[in-house]
Amino acid sequence: MKRPGNFPDFRARAHPAYWAFLVHRCSGLALAAFLPLHFWVLGLAIHGEAALDGAIKYTDQALFKFGEWGLVVLLTLHLMGGVRLLLIEFLPWSGLRKNWIALALGCGLATGLAFALALLG
Amino acid sequence: MATVPEMKTDLAVNVWRGNSERGGFTTFAVPRHDSQTVLDVVTHIQRYLDPTLSYRYACRVGMCGSCAMTVNGKARWTCRTSVAKVAADGQLEIAPLDNLPVIKDLATDMSGFFDKWARAKGQFKGPLTRHDDFAQVAPASKERLAANAGIECIGCGICYASCDVVTWRADFLGPAALNRAWTLVNDVRDTQQPERLNAVAGDAGCHVCHTQGSCAERCPKQIAPTAGIAGLKRLTARAAMRGEL
Repeated sequence: MKRPGNFPDFRARAHPAYWAFLVHRCSGLALAAFLPLHFWVLGLAIHGEAALDGAIKYTDQALFKFGEWGLVVLLTLHLMGGVRLLLIEFLPWSGLRKNWIALALGCGLATGLAFALALLG
Repeated sequence: MATVPEMKTDLAVNVWRGNSERGGFTTFAVPRHDSQTVLDVVTHIQRYLDPTLSYRYACRVGMCGSCAMTVNGKARWTCRTSVAKVAADGQLEIAPLDNLPVIKDLATDMSGFFDKWARAKGQFKGPLTRHDDFAQVAPASKERLAANAGIECIGCGICYASCDVVTWRADFLGPAALNRAWTLVNDVRDTQQPERLNAVAGDAGCHVCHTQGSCAERCPKQIAPTAGIAGLKRLTARAAMRGEL
């Protein structure tokens, strides 16, 4: 039960494990939202090669490339965050594994830079 | 009437007055002292500034778990929280714990919190009577060490107040009740293990935890309820696969 007027209050939530939860939840929701689009495009192959090629050509636009870059970053963050959760839940307790939070951010950054380089190059 | 001790500078203290439905913050000026705790501040207000202020405390030394409040946005045990640590700028905001109904001002109704301990089968039930010899538990055994990690809980409700999942799902047992269940799951003398696993495996049990870690971050006894909840998840999953749940 919340007192009137005290939500949202992020003072108590400003710690790395909570940020990791937020990143994992938001990236998961964004990836889940992308999946129907992904399957719809793949499903166009049923209507023949031309239909699929047409849709894929449409994704060559800069906005789609930026979205693709975002997807790769989100996937990396979600993957690394998921590994961290599995380690917390299945290995002997070793704290909230904040080292993995840092590692996840580092991997997200590295993947994002590498993918951006590939896009530009 | 007691005399007010010598003052240095004043703290500006915003204190919640009211209950869960309505209320607001009232500002008090409280003299600053060396080695002053947040509980000292609240007590000063009640004794010298406004005797109608309601709050709860008992031991004043971090044992009883009754003086927890929200201090500058974070749930803390006020008797062991130094003003110097949390109010470097001389500003304090003191409110009741979140996730609990407010009876009045800083006093919350903790009955729902402890009812959940009971629902999580938080009671010990052993096989022996007073006529039997003492049970022997090896101090270095895996179970004893796991129980040790969570057994110092003082029931202050700080983890419960800090947990967003409790806010989102009112029926969630919460970190303290699940930590209690975990210590008993690791009590080799206890005879209610299947019932306990059933109690914590339900829709409001351990699997609801999102591993936000606020309970472990805020626990003043440095207990990590997340560790116990992870252990309960493993045990309940194993029991379900064996068809025991």
